[in-house]
Amino acid sequence: MATLPADLQLEESASFDRQIIQYIQRAAATGLYEIRGLGAKRRLPHFDDLVFLGASISRYPLEGYREKCSSSTLLGTRFAKRPLKLAMPITIAGMSFGALSANVKEALGRAATELGTSTTTGDGGMTSEERESSKTLVYQCLPSRYGFNPDDLRKADAIEVVIGQGAKPGGGGMLLGQKVSARVAAMRTLPEGIDQRSACRHPDWTGPDDLAIKIKELREITDWQTPIYVKVGATRVFHDVKLAVHAGADVVVVDGMQGGTAATQWAFIEHVGIPSLAAVRLAVDALEDLNKKEEVQLIVSGGIRTGADVAKALALGADAVSIGQGVLVALGCNSSSFVQHGQHLSATADYHKLGTAPGFCHHCQTGRCPVGVTTQDPVLEQRLEPAVGARRVRNYLQTLNMELTMIARACGKQDVHHLEREDLAALTIEAAAMAGVPLAGTSWIPGRGGSL
Amino acid sequence: MAPAAQRVIFDLKRQSVRELNQFLHGELDGVREVLVENPDGAHSLAVGLNAAVRVDIGGHAGYYAAGMNKTATVVVHGNAGPGVAENMMSGRVEVSGFASGGAGASAHGGLLIIRGDAGLRCGISLKGADIVVGGEVGNFSAFMAQAGRIVICGDAGDGLGDSLYEAVIYVRGAVRSLGADARIEPMSERDHGAVRELLAAAGLSHPSSEFKRIASSRSLYHWNADARQSY
Repeated sequence: MATLPADLQLEESASFDRQIIQYIQRAAATGLYEIRGLGAKRRLPHFDDLVFLGASISRYPLEGYREKCSSSTLLGTRFAKRPLKLAMPITIAGMSFGALSANVKEALGRAATELGTSTTTGDGGMTSEERESSKTLVYQCLPSRYGFNPDDLRKADAIEVVIGQGAKPGGGGMLLGQKVSARVAAMRTLPEGIDQRSACRHPDWTGPDDLAIKIKELREITDWQTPIYVKVGATRVFHDVKLAVHAGADVVVVDGMQGGTAATQWAFIEHVGIPSLAAVRLAVDALEDLNKKEEVQLIVSGGIRTGADVAKALALGADAVSIGQGVLVALGCNSSSFVQHGQHLSATADYHKLGTAPGFCHHCQTGRCPVGVTTQDPVLEQRLEPAVGARRVRNYLQTLNMELTMIARACGKQDVHHLEREDLAALTIEAAAMAGVPLAGTSWIPGRGGSL
Repeated sequence: MAPAAQRVIFDLKRQSVRELNQFLHGELDGVREVLVENPDGAHSLAVGLNAAVRVDIGGHAGYYAAGMNKTATVVVHGNAGPGVAENMMSGRVEVSGFASGGAGASAHGGLLIIRGDAGLRCGISLKGADIVVGGEVGNFSAFMAQAGRIVICGDAGDGLGDSLYEAVIYVRGAVRSLGADARIEPMSERDHGAVRELLAAAGLSHPSSEFKRIASSRSLYHWNADARQSY
């Protein structure tokens, strides 16, 4: 940035700051809203606003390195004959082939398989690379039904009926033409190169009563073997979770507004939905209200980044978490370099061509991902080698699970699923109110009683 | 009709939908025909089939009859609820009466024949299947239909073919209104042939000259400021 003369008197407006001015100028110039990738970027109440109350005299910790702390996780125990048994409560979220390259989908499958966890398809169907590399694969049933077919349905280890997504609750997906390659187009039965807009409503059901019948149809097709998840974008979470449970879900997935996307309108990403911190508590309240907490599992996603985030989500009542953006970052998203044929090569110039820099990029929608993660370009996609990607994702998720068990032991738990709300305190009044845990140093939960 | 040894009868007064579908998903052991008696509007009848078998549903069916069908022939001797033949991949599904909303939704292949009228959103998100409707179709039919052909012998409601991709609609009657990006186009010889072929497959005999072709104008294929509310 150019140095300004020292004698200028500059008063920036809080309402019309530089970002807003840039937004208005852009709108005025183009007449189009901005589409971008990833999730909400503004500061939101989040898991960072909670802390754990480790054991001391009143609670007894477990030995951090030696004593066993289980992270084994069962999902889909309600109706399915074949529930999922995962080695950890950390799963990989649904991301489409189209948004991501086939190499990336393969890398995610390999990493999840090595760690004994699951990965998930996305809008666009199941690729052979993904199925072959994933021991446990969750198959999404989305409004678009791109590539959705009974053969893949029967191959799936679980089915996720996607109602909405945290980045855009109430909106459908987008894949701009530059990413609709011949293979992507064929899988989606669309012309190559068009700007593709996914439906936001399912084509064959409307409303919760229909959803119950739809879920039964999927169960009939799969002979009641396969767990069925229902995924909602976090908005009216309390009611949506109850409706999903009434509709017969084995597992409910709640995706907070920090959840990522391959391409969505900026206004949607930043202004629709509620934070994951608030969503998880509302979801747990709904399950407890129905007395279904032990019967229906809850997966929380949207901005889960660290083992501490996972531990906090579990302590608030989730059974597992699902990670998308964190996994992309582990693969190399926003890294200044990529690895090809064993060499670290700089990607910085390619970030600059997109008008951005490593650490700031959210240009997944362009298909020009400098590190080969969110692209269909035949040259760029080579920048993410499946073996390299698999190793990075495995290391990342393994680190998260180690942090999770470390925190659980420090709280005196032999099982990560024994973490509880009582282990938490909030650092801000907002977080205390949203998460329903006391403000640190008090017994006060805004809206729920206690005292300062 | 197949010999008795190749026929099985399921009476849903005494047997469950689960038993029916489990049987149809099994080895079948030479069974070629299955008759379903007393369906009484049950949901999910004959769903997820993947065998060269004929299923006759002797009465009205509820939601999702013949859902995700592959290879099989399913005939509903009555009316069908929402989502009949949804996501069909191949085979043939026939409804002798009316079909409710979302008939043939997202179907990839095969032929769906509805002898009566079809409700809202017939052929929504169609991905390659063919649909022949003897009567009328409701509003928003062929919404976002991507591939395949729909022949409508009667009238069509509002918003026909809204956000259409590459599917083609042939309508004999009046169209109350077209949806965004749908337009009437001239019938080519290929279109006449397609209508004749599909009508013949359904046992119908209207002259193809009475049909008009509706397809996408492709003006929404690329994101632009002029489309405004169409996005």
